[in-house]
Amino acid sequence: MSAWIAVGRLEEIPRLGARVIRTPKGEIAVFRTADDRVFALDDRCPHKGGPLSQGIVHGARVTCPLHNWMVELCDGRAVAPDEGCTVSYPVRVEEGVVALCLESSKASRAA
Amino acid sequence: MPPEGTMEPRKPRLVVVGNGMAGIRTVEELLKLAPDLYDITVFGDEPCVNYNRILLSPVLAGEKKFDDIILNGRDWYEANGITLYAGKEVIEIDRVRRRVIAADGTVAPYDRLLLATGSSPIVLPIPGAQLRGVMTFRSIADVERMFDAARTTREAIVIGGGLLGLEAANGLMKQGLKVTVIHLMDTLMERQLDTTAGQMLRASLEGRGMAFRMPAQTEAVLGTERAEGVRLKGGEEIRAPLVVMAVGIRPNTALAKKAGLYCERGVVVGDTMQTYDPAIYAVGECVQSRGRTYGLVAPLFDQAKVCANHLAQLGFSRYAGSMTATKLKVSGIDLFSAGDFAGGEGTEEIVLHDPGQGIYKKVIVQDNRIRGAVLYGDSVDSAWYFQLLRDGTDIGELRDRLLFGQAHLGDSGRGGADAAVAMTDTAEVCGCNGVCKGTIVKAIAEKKLFTLEQVRAHTKASSSCGSCTGLVEQILAHTLGGDYSAAPKAKPLCTCTDHTHDEVRDSIREHRLMTVAETMAFMEWRAPNGCHVCRPAVNYYLLCEWPGEYADDKQSRFINERAHANIQKDGTYSVVPRMWGGITNPKELRAIADVAERFNIPTVKVTGGQRIDLLGVKKEDLPAVWRELGKAGLVSGHAYGKALRTVKTCVGSEWCRFGTQDSTAMGIKLEKMTWGAWTPHKVKLAVSGCPRNCAEATIKDFGVVAVESGWELHVGGNGGVKVRVTDLLCKVRTEEEVLEYCGAFMRLYQEEAHYLERTAPWIERVGLAHVKQRIVDDSEGRKALHRRFLHAQSFLQKDPWAERANEGVDRDEFRTLEAVPA
Repeated sequence: MSAWIAVGRLEEIPRLGARVIRTPKGEIAVFRTADDRVFALDDRCPHKGGPLSQGIVHGARVTCPLHNWMVELCDGRAVAPDEGCTVSYPVRVEEGVVALCLESSKASRAA
Repeated sequence: MPPEGTMEPRKPRLVVVGNGMAGIRTVEELLKLAPDLYDITVFGDEPCVNYNRILLSPVLAGEKKFDDIILNGRDWYEANGITLYAGKEVIEIDRVRRRVIAADGTVAPYDRLLLATGSSPIVLPIPGAQLRGVMTFRSIADVERMFDAARTTREAIVIGGGLLGLEAANGLMKQGLKVTVIHLMDTLMERQLDTTAGQMLRASLEGRGMAFRMPAQTEAVLGTERAEGVRLKGGEEIRAPLVVMAVGIRPNTALAKKAGLYCERGVVVGDTMQTYDPAIYAVGECVQSRGRTYGLVAPLFDQAKVCANHLAQLGFSRYAGSMTATKLKVSGIDLFSAGDFAGGEGTEEIVLHDPGQGIYKKVIVQDNRIRGAVLYGDSVDSAWYFQLLRDGTDIGELRDRLLFGQAHLGDSGRGGADAAVAMTDTAEVCGCNGVCKGTIVKAIAEKKLFTLEQVRAHTKASSSCGSCTGLVEQILAHTLGGDYSAAPKAKPLCTCTDHTHDEVRDSIREHRLMTVAETMAFMEWRAPNGCHVCRPAVNYYLLCEWPGEYADDKQSRFINERAHANIQKDGTYSVVPRMWGGITNPKELRAIADVAERFNIPTVKVTGGQRIDLLGVKKEDLPAVWRELGKAGLVSGHAYGKALRTVKTCVGSEWCRFGTQDSTAMGIKLEKMTWGAWTPHKVKLAVSGCPRNCAEATIKDFGVVAVESGWELHVGGNGGVKVRVTDLLCKVRTEEEVLEYCGAFMRLYQEEAHYLERTAPWIERVGLAHVKQRIVDDSEGRKALHRRFLHAQSFLQKDPWAERANEGVDRDEFRTLEAVPA
C-alpha cells in the first residue's frame, strides 16, 4: 500500500539544510544532516506553524525560524521544555535517490 | 542493588557522601554530561530526599510546605539507577581499600568518591547550650522542632542578627511568637550591610514587632532541664522557652580529617574540585577553595558544574571562585548586597539616600569599576549592578546616572513596572511573550527552576527582547529567596561549548581556523555541528577575521540572511530595496509600483529608516521580484541582515532654511561606503543637517549632526527595546574625516563586539573611553581600522539580489523539489 515517491537526488538537498516538496498532504520539508541522514516532516512548526524547512539544522534537530523552537527530525517532537509534535514521514535513500512515503510515520497524537 | 560484594563491576563506582544541594547538583550535572558512566550510590544522614535548603525560611514562615521544596523525589533516584541510603551517616572512609563505611555497618566501595558533607550550625560554647528548647536553624528537622515549640510557647529568642538569624526570627514571628534578636555587633547583617542600611533594616523589623538587644553578648542559657531564657553580659536576663542559635556555620570536615585528607577551615580542594587524594572530590559548603569557603547556593552550583566536568572525564573546566550577592528572604523587605561594600582607601562611595521613601543605595567604586553595592528599599537594579561588578565594566560614562538605575526612562514593553515585589500575579512581566508574574512564580516553584536560563526555557519570559530580564531576575530572587544561581562571570557562547565569544575569536585568529566545522572540532564543541545560536556567531567571526578568504557558510546563516529577505509570520518574505540616503525618484517608484502589482504584493509600507517595504512576497517569487527591481537600478537594502541597514537623512542645506551642511549628500556617501558590511548586529546610521536633528541621529549606532563649523559624530545610540541616546565621540571638520571616522568605528565594532551585541551594549561593556582612544586619540590606529574596513568591503559590496536574480547563485534555495512517481 505504501506509495513511495522519488523527490530528487540526495545532493539536491544541502547538508545541514532542507528542501520543500509540495504534496497532496501539503508542504513537506526533507532534511539532510551533516552525516547524510534524511528526514521528512510536515513543514509546520507545532508552535505557530512556522516553516521548519527554513530553519537551521543541527545534529538531528531543526530550529524553527520564527520563535526558535527546536524540533526532533526523527519524530517531529518539540524538544523539552516546549511541547508539541509535527507529523513525520518515512523517507529513504536508495542509490542516491531520496524517496518519501506519504503515509505518516505516526499520526500526530500530541497537541 | 547495592554494589557491595560485587567483585568485578562493569562500571566504575561513584559514591556521594551528602544528599544535599551540592552533591545532588553535581550528580545531575554529571548525568547530563555522561549518563551511563558510573554506578552511583548516595549517602545522606538526613532521612529524607534532597530538598532546597535555601527555602527553609519560607517553610518556617508558613509560606511554603516541605513538599514544595523537595528537589529530587525518590522516583528521580530510581529513574537514574542511583542507590540512595537516606538516614545513613558515613563514619569512615577507608582510602586504602577505597570504600566508605556507614554507622549501621553499610559498606560501599568506590572508584571515585564525592564529599558533599555541607556544614553545621555553630553552637555557642556557653552554659546551658545543651538544654532542651535550644535549637539551631539548618535542616527540615530543625524547622519541625521550631514548629512544635511554637505551639506551646509565646516567646522566642534568636541569637545572631545575620542573614539566617533574621530569617529565623521572621519565621517565628509569622508563627505568632514574640521574638527578641540578640546580636553581638551594632549593625545587623554586618557582613552584608553598612551602618545606614543596617539601621534602616532594624527600624523596619522593629516596626513589625521584632525586638533587638545589640550590641550584646549572650553569656548563658538559663534553666535547669529546659531553656527558660538567656543572660546577657552585664546581667540582663530575657525570658523565653525557645532559644535559636543562628550565629554561623562551620564546614563539616570531621569525616575528611579522620581519613587523613588535608583540611583547613574546609576540605581543601584545587581548581578541579579534587582533594589531596585524587580519587576523592569535594563540593559545597564543606569545601575550601583558593582559601575561601562559601555558604550560598550560587557558588555550590558553579562548583558542581566543574566537578561534574572532571568526573565525566572531560577535564577542561576550572573553578576559580565565585562572586556572591545576598538578598534577605523576608517578604516585604527589599535588600541587596554584593562585593566589597565597606570601601576603604582608594575607593569612592556614590550614595543616594531618601529616608522619606526608605530608599538607600550605595555603590563602592575604585578606578571607575564597581567594587561592591548595598541597596535597601529599591533593589530593582541589583542584577545590573551585579553584572557591572562581575564584568569589571568601566562605569566612567555612567557615573552621573549610575544610582538612578539602568536608564529606565525609555524602556518599552513592560508598562513602566520596575518592582517585582509590588506586582500582582496577573501583571504582565514579559510583553513580547505575554508572560505574567504568576506564571513565572508557578514555574519556578513547580519545575524547581534556579536560573534565568531555566525560566527562559520554561516560560519564554525574557527570551525575546530581554528588556524584562531585570524583572525576571528579581522574581527569581524573591521566589527562591535571594541567592539564586546567577550566571557565571564568563558567559559561554552557548550551551554547546564552555568557551566565551572572545575565546572563540582568539582561537580563530591564533590557530588560523578557517571553517565553522574546524573551529568547533578544534575547540571541542559538545554538539558536533553546534546549534542555531553558535553557528551564526562562529560564521560571523570567521567572516570578520578572514575577509576575502573565508567561504561564507550558508547553512550557518539565519534564514533571512540566507534568502536575503525577511521571513514573516506566515512564511512569506518582505523585500526592502536600498534607497541611498533615503533619496528616490519616479523611475524607482514606478518600478516598485509595477512589481507590487505584478506579483500581487499585498502590503507596501514606508519603513522607519526611510525605505519602502514590500510585504508578503512568496519565496519562489523573490528572484523575479529582484530582477524587475534591479532593472530600475534598485539593489538589496539588507533590511534582513545583521548588517548595515540604512542611513537616514534630512534634506539639509540643499532645501532646508535651517540646514548648515548638505546632510543628504553626506548620508549617501556614508551609505555608499558602508553598504554590504556584515556586523555583529544591525547597524543604523543617520545624518542631520543641523542640531534640530530631524534625522534622529542621536539614537543611531553612528549619528552625524551638522553644525556650522563641521560635523558632530555620535555613537552607540539605540531607539529600540532600550532607548539609549548616543555618546558624543568628537567633532570633525570635513566630509573626508566623517567617512574615515565612520569606517574606523564600523571596523572596531566588527572586530570587538560579540555576535548579536548592538553598539550600545558593546560601548557600555568596553567603555566610551576605549572607543575614543581607538578612534579619536590614535590617528594611526584609526587610519588602519578604516583601511581594514575598506579592504573587507571590497569583497562584500556585491549586490546579493542581482547575483540571485541574474547569475543563478543559490538557485535551489528558491525552488521546491519536484515529485516523480517511483
